[in-house]
Parts: sequence; C-alpha cells; structure tokens
Amino acid sequence: MKHFLKTMLLAVAFTAGLAGLVRPAWALVEIDVNKGNVAPLPIAITDFLSGDTMGTQISDIVAADLKRSGLFAPIDKSAFIEKVSNPDAAPRFDDWKVINAQALVTGRVTQEVDGKLKAEFRLWDVFAGQQLVGQQYFANKGNYRRVAHIIADAIYERLTGEKGYFDTRIVYIDESGPKDNRIKRLAIMDQDGANQRYLSSGKALAITPRFSPNRQEITYMSYESGQPRVYLLQIETGQRELVGNFPGMTFAPRFSPDGQKVIMSLLRDDGNSNIFTMDLRSRNTTRLTTADAIDTSPSYSPDGSQITFTSDRGGGTGHSQIYVMGADGSNQHRISFGNGSYSTPVWSPRGDLIAFTKQTGGEFQIGVMRTDGSGERILSSGFSEEGPTWAPNGRVIMFFSEPAGSGGPKLHTIDLTGRNEQEVPTPNFASDPAWSPLLE
Amino acid sequence: MRRIATQILNPVAVALVATLMIAGCASKRVPNSAADLGLAGNAAPGSTQDFTVNVGDRIFFDTDSSSIRPDAQATLTKQAQWLNRYGRYAITIEGHADERGTREYNLALGARRAAATRDFLVSRGVAANRMKTISYGKERPVATCDAPSCWSQNRRAVTVLNGAGS
Repeated sequence: MKHFLKTMLLAVAFTAGLAGLVRPAWALVEIDVNKGNVAPLPIAITDFLSGDTMGTQISDIVAADLKRSGLFAPIDKSAFIEKVSNPDAAPRFDDWKVINAQALVTGRVTQEVDGKLKAEFRLWDVFAGQQLVGQQYFANKGNYRRVAHIIADAIYERLTGEKGYFDTRIVYIDESGPKDNRIKRLAIMDQDGANQRYLSSGKALAITPRFSPNRQEITYMSYESGQPRVYLLQIETGQRELVGNFPGMTFAPRFSPDGQKVIMSLLRDDGNSNIFTMDLRSRNTTRLTTADAIDTSPSYSPDGSQITFTSDRGGGTGHSQIYVMGADGSNQHRISFGNGSYSTPVWSPRGDLIAFTKQTGGEFQIGVMRTDGSGERILSSGFSEEGPTWAPNGRVIMFFSEPAGSGGPKLHTIDLTGRNEQEVPTPNFASDPAWSPLLE
Repeated sequence: MRRIATQILNPVAVALVATLMIAGCASKRVPNSAADLGLAGNAAPGSTQDFTVNVGDRIFFDTDSSSIRPDAQATLTKQAQWLNRYGRYAITIEGHADERGTREYNLALGARRAAATRDFLVSRGVAANRMKTISYGKERPVATCDAPSCWSQNRRAVTVLNGAGS
C-alpha cells in the first residue's frame, strides 16, 4: 500500500463518448441525508465486465458499501432484465425502470500492459435517462478494494451531495483472552472490516489509538515501558516514538488538525490530570488547564481554534462533564448540563456538533450536541457504550458497545439521524475505534 | 480548591456498598489473595505473603470516588505499620477503576486513587520516596461479572511490594 496514494491512482473524468452528449446534469434522483426516515434508494449495481472475477468482486464491494450506509437498497442481481454487454453504451433504461431501479451502475475492469488495473464506471439516472458520473481509475491489482471504495464514494457523493467515507480505514484495539487478563493490541482495517492487520504484538497493553490528519501515523497510549505513556507510530514502517519526556502518566492523546501537535492529559503528582500540548517539531510543551480536577479526553475543533474536553472540576460524584476552551486555554466553560455524567467529547469534522458518551440511569449512551451544548440528541443506549469517532463526512459515528454478559465489546456504526445501527465485523472483540480521514 | 483524599462519607452509602460486596462475594468471589488460596498461616513475618495475608494488600473505593473509606483507613494504617517495620521494600501502588466509566476518565480516576492511597501512607509515616504509583484504569479487573458485586472489587488500590526483599 505504500505510496499508493499519489502515484498509483489516477482518476479521469470521461470527456469522450456518451458523457459529452448528455444534457448538463440535473438529476431527478437524489437522496436527502438529513431526513430522519429516508427510504433507501433502489440502485442496480451490475457486475463490472472483466475477463475474470475481478469485475464482480469490485461491484460487490461497491454494493456492500452503499447498502451499509442505509441510504441505498441494491437490487438483487437476479431481478435484472438487461445483461449489460457494452458499458460504454447507454443502457435500456426501460428495462431498469421495470424493476424500479432509480440509479444504475455499470463498469468494466481491464488490465493495462504494465499490469495495472483499469476500472471504469458510469452512474446512470434511470428515470431521467442520463449519465450522472463517468470515471476511470488505475491502480495496482492488490488495491482493488480501494478502487471499489473510491467508486462507492463517487456514487454516494453524486447522489447525496455529501462526500463519501468508504475509502477510509479504522484503527482500533483488538481484544482477546479472558476479561481479567485481556490482551489489547493495536489493529488497523478498512472501514468495512477488510484487510485487518495488527500494529502491535500485544505484549504490552495498548489503548486509544487516533489517526494523524496525514493518515500515515497514529498516536496511542501504551504500557510498553512499564509506565503508561503516549506514543507515535508510523503505520507503514512500524517506527515508534515516545511523545515528550513527562514525569508522570500521559494519556488521552489526539492530533491537532494540522498534525503539528499532540494534545493529551498529563498526570500531576497530586493525582489530578491536566491538558497539555506538545509541538512535534519544536518539542515545546504548553499547559492549557490548571484545575485541581481530572481534565482529559481533549479534542480539537476542525479549524484548530477550540478544544473540547472532559472535566470533573464541577465537583461531586459522577459529575464529569464536557467543557470547551480556546486553543490557548482561554474561556474554559462547561457545555453539558443534562441529567448524568458526560465524557469522551469528539468534535465533528464539520465543526457543528460534538459527539459524546453519557452515563445516566445505569446506562451508557452515545449522543451529539451542538458546540454550545444545546440540541442534545441520544443516538444509541446500552449496558456499556463508549468512545464515538466520526466518519470524515460527519454523517456516521462509530463507537464500541458491550451488552451485559456478552464477554467483550464490538464496534458499531450509527447514522447521525440515530438510524441504521450496524456491527462492524472484526475477528475478535474490539474497542476504541478511530476513523481515518478520506485516504488520498 | 477541592481536596481529593479526605471527604466525609455518607454512612448510608457506605453501608449499602458493603452489603453489595458481601452478597457478591458469596457467589462470585475470585481468589485475590494468598488467604483465598488457603495459604494463611504459613507466611514468614516480613514476607510479601505475610503482607498480603495478615495485613491486606488492597483497599476499595466507592463509585467514582477516590476518598479513603473508614475500612480502607484501617487497612492502610496496618499497611503503614508493616511497611515502616520492613523498610527494605520499594512499593508500587496500583490504582484501578470499575468498568462503569469511560476509558480515559478511568485512567485518571485510577491515578487519583493511587495518589490518595500513597498520600495516606505518607501521613502514617511511610517515606514518599519508597513509593511510586501507576494507574490501570479499568483495564485490569479482578472480578469479571457485569454486576455491582464485581465492580466494587475492581474499584481498588493495591499495594505491591517490589522485589527488594530479603
């Protein structure tokens, strides 16, 4: 996968052929992602033509991505009437209207002389009788899943008006072994659970991995030196590095949006914890909070101007709450005032919402609120749910959930609307997911 | 400024927690100490086994609290007497939390419990430079049922004697 991003993938919009002949796009078919109860859009995704099984594999991945989003209902291939034999020609739209396909995807996969894979697809508006998107991509054969995710993103974007999130990865903690002696390993996988692999041996407890905005490294906390500390890990090379040289435990790390800093909690000798940043170039550290309290779980706003965090400075039992401050530590103020305790605030990539974990009435909940604390909405409730992370388009939240008696946690996704909760497939128990930005 | 280590406890709350612990121990207790394994009585004075069996190596906390409860004060007072008598041990105090909190917050809570335990031992004459603290948050439970009887056993600080002994 190394250096795949810039050199091996090239997207070219079709300018020749049919794409140039159709009217300017004025789609009848579209999805409003903000509707609370939208019916999934029926879409026909044909097997991409190829001399081998690659075409079918790619179209199946595209269909699975779109189906999991909850916004699309891929139509069973056995219902198809037209067998597409030339993906460059206009389909027989009437054949697709009959089976109520609102949108149609056709495509072809071929091998270039240099061995590279060439994947082309076209997205058609069946009832308007026109092409909406036509693109081609070149990639190494081993990257066919990424090509499929990129095609799914292009379809999602064209039909919803929102950026997709399928060409992304998840870092998380793989959990195995008995609960009182759990092995917790760093792991990484595609957002659909494919291509899972480990990033740590499991000898030392590792938790809370988070992606750098450059997608190439993660920051996490590990007991590998005996003392719990925050580290950086280069994903491809496996190179590890301690972040800072602090006297006490460092934990709860995240990157700043420019990738230049790690923000984290540092334990004080008196048992309280405050929030610091460390500039990764200059190694300068800056202290942002001084309360005699637990200040932790910091998360930057996407523009880097503000930070949300958890604090129990308000006092009392069960009173961890969510606060917001300026990036320089100014104007620290509480924003959560509901009935319960709040923690793990994470700023939406769109900037307008903060996702959180809430504990109330013996339950854990995943919810969102506006950045001033108003408009709280609970998306999911359960015996034990924790740790929201945002898809890069801000439409989907992943978290981990452990029903009572289940023995361990699994990863789940849920739409911002509170609909379409789904388990993410992982080989073992899984926790602490962190969603990457869109790959490039 | 809020004090962490010493707060007045609500006796009703303490009594309730104690009841839950006893109820839970009857059915789900896991062996936590040498005493549970039937090793009591064989411990040589000054050995780690002596400390674990005859003094008690751990104290327990109320939910989301790092206050040293009266029962824990009694245990820590005995620990301090023993540790002052056997000065050759370096000491690590592990702070732990139950699973009813989020991961990062519980790391901080476990650290606060370890610090409160250390501070109490210091107040009873144990030299601060013999002790270091570490938090495991909710990552290392000893009791694994999804019920209050287990959570109360996991909200703990454990005084671990390091291998400087004779």
